[in-house]
Amino acid sequence: MKIYDAGKVIAGLIIFFVVFTFPVYYNHGKVEPAPKPSLETEKIQSLYEKNCVEDKATMRSGHMLLLDKWRDTVVRDRLRSYAGFKGTRFEMSLSNTCMDCHSNKEQFCDACHNYAGVTPYCWECHLTPKEMK
Amino acid sequence: MDSTRRSFLKILGVTAAGLTVRPSADAWALGAKPRGAAPLDNALVGKRWAMVIDLQKLTDKVRKDAVEACNRAHNIPHYENHDDEIKWIWEEGYHNAFPGQHNHHLPVELTRDPLLVLCNHCENPPCVRVCPTKATFQREDGIVMMDYHRCIGCRFCMAGCPYGSRSFNFWDPRKQPPLVNEKGEFDPPSPDYPTRMRGVVEKCNFCAERLAKGKLPACVEASNGALLFGDLADHESEVAKALRSRYSIRRKPDLGTEPQVYYLI
Repeated sequence: MKIYDAGKVIAGLIIFFVVFTFPVYYNHGKVEPAPKPSLETEKIQSLYEKNCVEDKATMRSGHMLLLDKWRDTVVRDRLRSYAGFKGTRFEMSLSNTCMDCHSNKEQFCDACHNYAGVTPYCWECHLTPKEMK
Repeated sequence: MDSTRRSFLKILGVTAAGLTVRPSADAWALGAKPRGAAPLDNALVGKRWAMVIDLQKLTDKVRKDAVEACNRAHNIPHYENHDDEIKWIWEEGYHNAFPGQHNHHLPVELTRDPLLVLCNHCENPPCVRVCPTKATFQREDGIVMMDYHRCIGCRFCMAGCPYGSRSFNFWDPRKQPPLVNEKGEFDPPSPDYPTRMRGVVEKCNFCAERLAKGKLPACVEASNGALLFGDLADHESEVAKALRSRYSIRRKPDLGTEPQVYYLI
């Protein structure tokens, strides 16, 4: 079998391969340190018991599911009060409850979301703590 | 089917593994209510919310105050271009609001001044019927709500509504005054209510977010008694009493939408 313009084709393939796999070998061996979302806000520091609405593991892995459920419950079932895992009552509200404690959106939400490359569109409508001031 | 001990044990193993998934899956299952979900303690609860607008008390100041209070409370953008307008509650002339009520020799005061119109929160809402995503829906207490999360901006509801009570966000509301201050920074008037995004339809929600916290609608609060709000299912409510004591009309009643905004003559 003969490849026409074998030189060009193979050269092209090599260039394609090098460019295509660039991210793999460029980042090889480099480890971006995992972000540590900051809990350093006045509100959290002033709490006697530093508890969120659910335990840490649940919040870490499932906060998006929780928020999704809160959203449907508030908008469609008109229920706004939530019993936290320690029995404390919370208003199901992103801007008023979550962000009341976690007022450092940049160091808390964005730190992980940027790292993981996710862009939740909550903030296209809901107000961030800065915008609420 | 040939069943060997080996394949039986395989199935048993998979089933056992599946059972361990069950509790955690249940916790986040769709449809299940969040733990202890309940209304807030001071929420106003009703069976059939309705508004009564007393045309005799509706002065120029009351109208302006009510519209302004609503616009501020809900971060409603202002557009100079009439076509882009976002309206929740607004002033409308008598002849436009009541096209079927054109008797001759009507009292001058009735037809001269504009009145206030808003979403009628119909008992039989055409907007809800046409919405393909159920983004707009009727709550059990009669409020016709928008779930902006679900709205795809098809505007069927705008075509369906016979009262023009729905507005479409042709532009990003966050770039319009008064949501943007003189310096051009985003600075919404109300910190308590979200904005909308471009491409969704919005309308009056009878201040569902305020009712949930025990407050009356913003326009009612600002109206100095010209606007009444209450539960028509409750015979002793202010609105029920007002409707018993005076003659009232509704907008386009012959369409069969059963509006829940009443006008006292």
